[in-house]
Amino acid sequence: MNTQPRLVEVRRKVMNQNDLLARALRERFREAGVYVVSLVSSPGSGKTTFLERSLTALRPLCRVAAIVGDLATDNDAARLARSQVPVRQITTGAVCHLDAAMIEGALAGWDLDGLDILFIENVGNLVCPSSYDLGEDLRMALISVTEGEDKPLKYPTIFNSADVAVITKVDLAEAAEFDASAANKNIQSVRPGMPVLRVSAKTGEGMDELLRFLASRVAEFALRLQSDF
Amino acid sequence: MHELSIALSIVELAAEEAERRGAVRIDAVHLRLGDMSGVVKESLLFSYDLACEGTPLEGSSLVIEEVPVMVYCPACGVETNPPSIKSLCCPVCETPTTQVTRGKEIEVVALEIET
Repeated sequence: MNTQPRLVEVRRKVMNQNDLLARALRERFREAGVYVVSLVSSPGSGKTTFLERSLTALRPLCRVAAIVGDLATDNDAARLARSQVPVRQITTGAVCHLDAAMIEGALAGWDLDGLDILFIENVGNLVCPSSYDLGEDLRMALISVTEGEDKPLKYPTIFNSADVAVITKVDLAEAAEFDASAANKNIQSVRPGMPVLRVSAKTGEGMDELLRFLASRVAEFALRLQSDF
Repeated sequence: MHELSIALSIVELAAEEAERRGAVRIDAVHLRLGDMSGVVKESLLFSYDLACEGTPLEGSSLVIEEVPVMVYCPACGVETNPPSIKSLCCPVCETPTTQVTRGKEIEVVALEIET
């Protein structure tokens, strides 16, 4: 039998499976009234310390929980458990990012109606997580003062995919000779208009402002939910 | 290095489409890859060969068409190329813009098959 080569049009999005699942998750979160915040950053930017501080501060105010992703250990979950909120760990093995299916798996048996805010801490990586929608409402990109002001220019895709930038470890800004205005300029260059917050999870500096920011976003979310019904 | 997961998805998707069309052989997969897709072309090409091993796509090639980033400038009212993905603004009036209209896609657009 002779075979005939031909070119056929296909048009299929490679990320479609993840995107559909993320959309379903987002719908599920909305129905349960849970506001979902994901954290992305490079390794060592202080995500876990920042999250521990945020969870502890939020615990008296609302029902909060976290899912944390890590390549190999459950150290982060153990640290976050100290904030006395429900924490679930996803150990990704060799996988460098979280995807929507992993989030769905981690939600098994969880009563989402009992939550107001869910944090998802991604694997420390500024490249891969940018392609994966997790069904979150807010993507927070963290950058520590020790990393250098040009991080946003080196990883424009992830900063562009984020909704807010948080500069961490600001207690070390002087020692690291961190140029805040250059950092802000770089962030605005890759993601015009993005709000930028500055915190030190160690001293607590900037945490009040962060909580106010989150409270206003959660309030907007609640209003949108109401107007949908 | 999430290119391997992306390559595996491409192989799975292409195999499914080829089978639906009664292909006996798959010569190439054509992919549109946005400059802001978060995927590195070279890594993807490398991962693709690995992902094809032991599948109907073994021996096929991945043809990548890179898609430059386009943004909409609200001031000029036009779709345009920003100076770079590190500087999302209008190249003419320099108004910053977040409206990325193209350049994030990872899309299989065609297959070269034999039936």
